[in-house]
Amino acid sequence: MKVLRFILQKEFRQIFRDKTILAMMFVMPTVQLIVMPLAMNFDVKNVNISLVDHDHSTYSQKLISKIASSGYFRIISSDFSFKEALMHIEKEEADLVVEIPSGFERNLVRDGAQKLAVSVDAINGSKASIGGSYLNTVISDFNAGIDINIRNINKTPSGVIDISFRNWFNPMAEYKYYIVPGILVLLLTMIGGFMTALNIVREKEVGTIEQINVTPIKKWEFILGKLIPFWVIGMTVFSIGLVVCFVVYRIVPEGSIALIYLIASVYLIALLGFGLLISTYSDNQVQAMFVAFFFMMIFMLMSGLFTSIDSMPTWARIISNLTPVTHFIKVVRMIVLKGSGFEEVKTELCYILAFAFVLNGWAIWNYRKTN
Amino acid sequence: MAAVSLENITKTYDNGKVLAVDNVSFEVKEGELFGLIGPDGAGKTSIFRILTTVLLADKGQATVAGFEVVKDYRSIRSRVGYMPGKFSLYQDLTIKENLEFFATVFGTTIEENYELIKDIYDQIKPFNDRRAGKLSGGMKQKLALCCALIHKPEVLLLDEPTTGVDVVSRKEFWEMLKRLKKQGITILVSTPYMDEANLCERIALIQKGKIMSVDTPGNIINSFPTTLYAAKSADIYQLLNDLRANPEIESCYAFGEFLHVTLKDNQNGGADFLKNIAVSKGHSEILIKTITPGIEDSFIRLMNERPEEVRPGN
Repeated sequence: MKVLRFILQKEFRQIFRDKTILAMMFVMPTVQLIVMPLAMNFDVKNVNISLVDHDHSTYSQKLISKIASSGYFRIISSDFSFKEALMHIEKEEADLVVEIPSGFERNLVRDGAQKLAVSVDAINGSKASIGGSYLNTVISDFNAGIDINIRNINKTPSGVIDISFRNWFNPMAEYKYYIVPGILVLLLTMIGGFMTALNIVREKEVGTIEQINVTPIKKWEFILGKLIPFWVIGMTVFSIGLVVCFVVYRIVPEGSIALIYLIASVYLIALLGFGLLISTYSDNQVQAMFVAFFFMMIFMLMSGLFTSIDSMPTWARIISNLTPVTHFIKVVRMIVLKGSGFEEVKTELCYILAFAFVLNGWAIWNYRKTN
Repeated sequence: MAAVSLENITKTYDNGKVLAVDNVSFEVKEGELFGLIGPDGAGKTSIFRILTTVLLADKGQATVAGFEVVKDYRSIRSRVGYMPGKFSLYQDLTIKENLEFFATVFGTTIEENYELIKDIYDQIKPFNDRRAGKLSGGMKQKLALCCALIHKPEVLLLDEPTTGVDVVSRKEFWEMLKRLKKQGITILVSTPYMDEANLCERIALIQKGKIMSVDTPGNIINSFPTTLYAAKSADIYQLLNDLRANPEIESCYAFGEFLHVTLKDNQNGGADFLKNIAVSKGHSEILIKTITPGIEDSFIRLMNERPEEVRPGN
C-alpha cells in the first residue's frame, strides 16, 4: 500500500509537470463543449430558394412573402424560367426551386385547385428533406389562409383532424440539449481511453518499464498507479464539463447528480481498462495512438452521438450496443434531460459494469502474459 | 558460494529462429568484479535480462544471490541492482525525485544507504533539481548507478554502462566500480570494449551467444599460444593484402596503426621472415616487432578457432 502511494505521487508529479498535456486535458473539454454544440447544429436554417413566378398575381405575391417571412428560407433569386433557376441549384447557390405557373391565381379561384412545382437539391439529404417539408408546411398554411378556402369552410365543413403535438423533455426541440451531453461523454472517453494507453506505452518506449520491472513493485501496484490518476483526472474533467453545461447552456441535470457520478465513475473504469488493453498490445506511442484512434472513430460515429441508433441497420445496432460509449451517452441523456432514476438506468449500468469487467480483465490477463 | 551462476542457459527469439544465448554456463564468485566481454549482439543483454528475472530462459538454470531466477524472482529483485544499457530513469523527474522514488519502492530512504552512494552522488548533487532528461551522458550514468545502488544490493548487474560515455567518464566509472567492490558488492558488468577487460578480475569472452573462455584477463593473455608480431609499412593496406596472401601466415588483421600477425609455424626469427616478405613486395618504412597480445587478440583468435560457426552474411 505504501509503495502504491509513492507510485501515485510520482505519477501525479509527472502529469502535472507536462504542461501541454495538462492544459490539453482541461482546456480541450471546455473549449470543445463551448464551440462544438454551436457548430454542430442540425436545425435547418437558411434554406436558399430560387423563385420562378410566371403568374405575378396577388396570390403569388402573397405566397412568396409568406415563404420569405417564415425565417427558414432565404430567397436568393427571382428567375424568368425554370431553366435559369435550375442553374442556381447546379451552382449550389440554391437548395430549392419553387415554380409558380402562370394562371396560378385564376385557376385557384376558378377551379379551386392549382399545382405548384418544388424542385429540391438532394445532395445534402437532411437539408433537402427538412427544407422541403418546411416548404410544404408553409404552402399548406398558405392554402388554408387564402380567401377562397376560408369562404368554403363555412359552406362545407369537412372532417379535418387537427394535430397538435408537444416535444417532451426538450420542449423547443433544441439540438443543443441533445448534443451537449453527448459531447461531454465523448470528452470523457478521449481522456480515459487515450491518456492511459499513451502513458503506459510511453514507459515501454522510453524503457523505464525495464527499470520498474526489476524493482519489487508488483504488477497490480503498477497498474493501479497508472489507472487511479487518470480516473481522478477524468472525474475532474467530467465535473468541469457539467459546470460548463450549466454556465453556457443552462443545462441542469433533471435527475440526480449522484447517479450521474456513479455511472460516470464506472464508465471511466471501463475506459481505463480499454486504454490499458491497447497499451498491452502496442509497443510504441504511434501504434497506440492509431489503435485508439480507430476505436474512437467507431465509438463516435456508432454510439448514437450524432445519429439515432434505432434507424441503423441491425448489424450496426449490434456493434453499437457493443461499444461502452453508446450506453453511457444513453444514460447521460436519460438522466440529464429526462430525469431518469436508478430503476430506469439499471440495465445500461449493468452493460457498463460488464464492459468494465471484461476490458480490465482482458487487459490484466494480457499484461501478465507479456512478462 | 557463487553470487551469480548460470548453467546451460539457452534463449531463442522468434520461436527459436534466432539463437541469442547458446548453452551458457559460468559463475561469478562473491565479491568479484566480473566482466562479460563481447561485441554487440553477442547475447550480453539477454543474459542480463534473464538474471534480472525479466526474461525467461528457454533452458537451463540460473541463480542470483543464491536464489533461483524463476522460482524466487521476488527475492532476487530486492537484492539486485540493475542498470540497463539504455538510460531508463524518468527523464521528466529530477535527480532527487528519481533517487527518492527508487529508494521508496525498495522500502528504504536515501539517508539509510547514503554511505554507499556518497562518492557518486556528491558529484551530481549540485544538479539535484535538474530533470534527468537534461543531464549530460556522464551524469545520467552516475545517477543510474546511484539508483541501482540505493537499496544496497548484494549483486550489481551493469549492462554496458560505459557505452556512449567519454573516455574520462569511463575511467572514473571503473574507479567507482573498484570502490564498490571494496564494500563487498558482487559486480557483473558487460562491455563491448576489450580495453576494459583488464580492469575486471575475471572475464568471460562471449561471441554469438556462446562463451569462448572464462578466466582472469592475465591468464587469457598468457594462454595465447603463439608469438604475436606487429607490422607496419608506408602502405599498410597493401601490406595487409600481401601478408594474407602468404601461405605461411596464420592470421593477419589491422589493429590501430599496426597489423597484428601470427605465423602458422611458430619458429624463431619470425620477425625477419615477415620483414623479408615485406621487402620482397617492395614496401618501404617497414617496422616489425614482437608484442604481448591483448585481450582483443585473444578474442579474435578464439573467434577464429570456431570455424563451425557460420558468420551472418557469409
